[in-house]
Amino acid sequence: MKKFVLFTPLIMFFIVFLTSCEYDNYEEPKSRLYGKIVYQDEPINVGFNEVSFELWEPGWQLKVPINVIVAPDGSFSALLFDGTYKLTIPTWQGPFKSKVDTMTINLKRDQELDIEVEPYYMIRNPNFSVSNNVISASFGLEKIITGDEARDIEKVYLYVNKTQFVDIQSNIVKSELSGSDIENFDLITLTTPIPNLIVRQDYLFVRIGVKISNVEDFLYSPVQKINL
Amino acid sequence: MKKYILILSIIIFFGWGCDDNEFLNRKPTTILMPEDVWQDNELAFSVLADLYRRLPEYQTVDFWGDFTTFNMAFASNFGDYWRHQNAEWSYDEWGLWNYGLIREVNLFIKNAEDADENILSEKNRFVAEGRFVRAWLYFELVKRMGGVPLILEPLTYDFSGDPSYLQYSRAKEHEIYDFILDELDAIKEDLPNDVNIKSRATQALTLAMKSRVALYAASIAKYGVTTPTVSLPGGEVGIPAEKADSYYQEALNASEELFKDYPSYSLYDRKEDRSENFSYIFLDKSNNPEVIFVRDYIQSETWDGRSNIWTLHNQPWSVTEDLEGGRLNPSLNLVQMFEKLDNTFEQFKTKTEDGEYIYYDNIQDIFSDRDPRLAGTVILPGSKFKGKEVDIWAGYKLPDGSIITGDDFGQRKVLPDGSTPVQVVGMDGPIDGREWSAQTGFYVRKHMDPKTGSGQRGLKSDVWWVRCRLGEVYLNAAEAAFELKDLKKAADYINEVRKRAGFDIPLNPEEISFDRIVHERTVELAFEGHELWDMKRWRLAHKVWNGEAVDLSDCPWKADQVNTRPFGLWPYKFYDPGNPNHGKWVFEKRMPSIVTAADRFRLGNYYSRISDEIVNNNPKIVKNPNHD
Repeated sequence: MKKFVLFTPLIMFFIVFLTSCEYDNYEEPKSRLYGKIVYQDEPINVGFNEVSFELWEPGWQLKVPINVIVAPDGSFSALLFDGTYKLTIPTWQGPFKSKVDTMTINLKRDQELDIEVEPYYMIRNPNFSVSNNVISASFGLEKIITGDEARDIEKVYLYVNKTQFVDIQSNIVKSELSGSDIENFDLITLTTPIPNLIVRQDYLFVRIGVKISNVEDFLYSPVQKINL
Repeated sequence: MKKYILILSIIIFFGWGCDDNEFLNRKPTTILMPEDVWQDNELAFSVLADLYRRLPEYQTVDFWGDFTTFNMAFASNFGDYWRHQNAEWSYDEWGLWNYGLIREVNLFIKNAEDADENILSEKNRFVAEGRFVRAWLYFELVKRMGGVPLILEPLTYDFSGDPSYLQYSRAKEHEIYDFILDELDAIKEDLPNDVNIKSRATQALTLAMKSRVALYAASIAKYGVTTPTVSLPGGEVGIPAEKADSYYQEALNASEELFKDYPSYSLYDRKEDRSENFSYIFLDKSNNPEVIFVRDYIQSETWDGRSNIWTLHNQPWSVTEDLEGGRLNPSLNLVQMFEKLDNTFEQFKTKTEDGEYIYYDNIQDIFSDRDPRLAGTVILPGSKFKGKEVDIWAGYKLPDGSIITGDDFGQRKVLPDGSTPVQVVGMDGPIDGREWSAQTGFYVRKHMDPKTGSGQRGLKSDVWWVRCRLGEVYLNAAEAAFELKDLKKAADYINEVRKRAGFDIPLNPEEISFDRIVHERTVELAFEGHELWDMKRWRLAHKVWNGEAVDLSDCPWKADQVNTRPFGLWPYKFYDPGNPNHGKWVFEKRMPSIVTAADRFRLGNYYSRISDEIVNNNPKIVKNPNHD
């Protein structure tokens, strides 16, 4: 009996604290919204943590957007509750223009969504090669937006890094070319010598970056691994 | 029965025992009510003193770490290494929305206005000072957030359930600047003109502040066109370009009025040695003619902000008076910006063109012929603090290029062909990764108190924090004159400051350029809390801190040189007995290994984020541009 009295609080403790969670907690968001930022089915590659868009769920008292970050390869994903969301890309986001002001998304279970946008430029046929300790890149630039809204190229870069995160901030060596010095937009070449690596590795990651004037976010080519 | 009588008498005793009205309405003894405060000059002044104390500032002597944000210095403190390891600044950084304080100031102004002049004899001065504090607060807001709601009376909620009458929309950015300039004009005559009033508003302060405020507005108008996306269609952010000239003129007029009509103010010039003279601008508290507005401190054992902790936190380790110091290490980026005495720029020469080391006889020789302000701003290797030479050197360099050094302050080791251990590294370092050592090879001198005891935790320093001084006003005038194409005048004003600094050759009007203006402000006003706001108003911030991990700039005179990582300059003793260069000094440029990221200022950093909470409370608020 004495033992029983001693154990009662302990048993109560287990009952209260270990079984209650299931009942009084909210269900976690389970529906996944995923996809890519694309132009004509081709994903638009951007910098790490640079481009995001907003999801708004109308009907609530307070208005706070859900920010969805776009990954360097142009993909995104978000775990959400089922509901109706309004998707909007702020005008200053990304090296592209949004085609529509707002998209309405009815989310029920997982949904794939490719967001079609209009980039200022597209990088065409990026090609990387290594010879004689020099990395060279060739690519073309196609002007997509023409007319009044067209923008010039400020600079193009070739970035090299040891990891697959390659952009303006993460690189061990780069070479650059001013937009005004580009003669042939169909074939631009950039070269850079391979730097001395402190820890030897026989591969590197490379990427083309394009700075468009008066657009903050860079346009990139897909990251490519090259063997030395 | 007895019991009932007892209860009844207790009820009667306590029920009638005192006058409820009087008993329950006693005056509190721990708080003063408005009707008491506004009967007495001293009490009203104490309310005002509290408002002055709470003026928001970004970089001050209260916190050294903010001065490392922009790579003018390195944070040599274990808990602050993250400052050099984060690539971006949050959009919330430098944000401010202190309408609570603005309401208190508005209440102060209203109460002062309502007070009876026969009782509160200094009423007009109080009103003017309240309006000055309010103008300063709106200046802080407009620098950080752009145009904000302009609220000039204490707002009170009536509990009707509908707060919409309290919801103000944002004013245009130039409207806030205009408001500040008009206020400063309006209050000037009600303020005293006394050069010895430093911590309260004076006539000279209104002019000095006008010169600063108008200059900010002018440069946003002029240089805002280079960043067209940093604007809002309603004008809450951005100033029309055509307003630039009138603002520049206003800045120039205010500065010149201060020079002409207030002769009791002059540039500080009391010490023979130019470097010492420059550092004493900030230390000399007796009749200092240059300083216009300060936050004052006293020596105290308490930690409530009444004493200055700058010296305690940043004193060189070898002369430290307590168990800490050495936190702020000025970077080579800043040090190499100080030009030579013949008005030319040059990077420090460490190697010849053939890649051979240059050997210096004395450790200080590499810094000779430099702007004397360098030694007044930075504690260089081989210079003195508190009468004692600091000990900054990184080790012995052998002929084969290898280095003998230690990882503790002043460590001893046996040298090759030696027998007894000798000191192989300075008592101040530099030791890479060792907190409080001079990891860039430099310590800071500006604001450092040379008095004995100023570096003790139980005493600290009473050096004041200079918020506004005449030297800045001269540079404001020079910049305004330059932008108005009056190069002669610009050269005259900039030469005033340079002559005092110790330059014998004045600059010609043709030599005045935008780069010159930017450079002069950077070196004269280093560690005075101007760099962020200057780079923002010139719209240079996104170019100077562009996120690219580049080497040390090789053009220290350029306004838009990339400055994303702090570098250092380490002295080594050359060790090769028998060699004529034995015992001489060689130098190496290097970046502290703690620095792993390059700073990136995004366009959205020009104006800080207005949080969703604020927008939800007041739907009339427009968000700032370029935020996600």
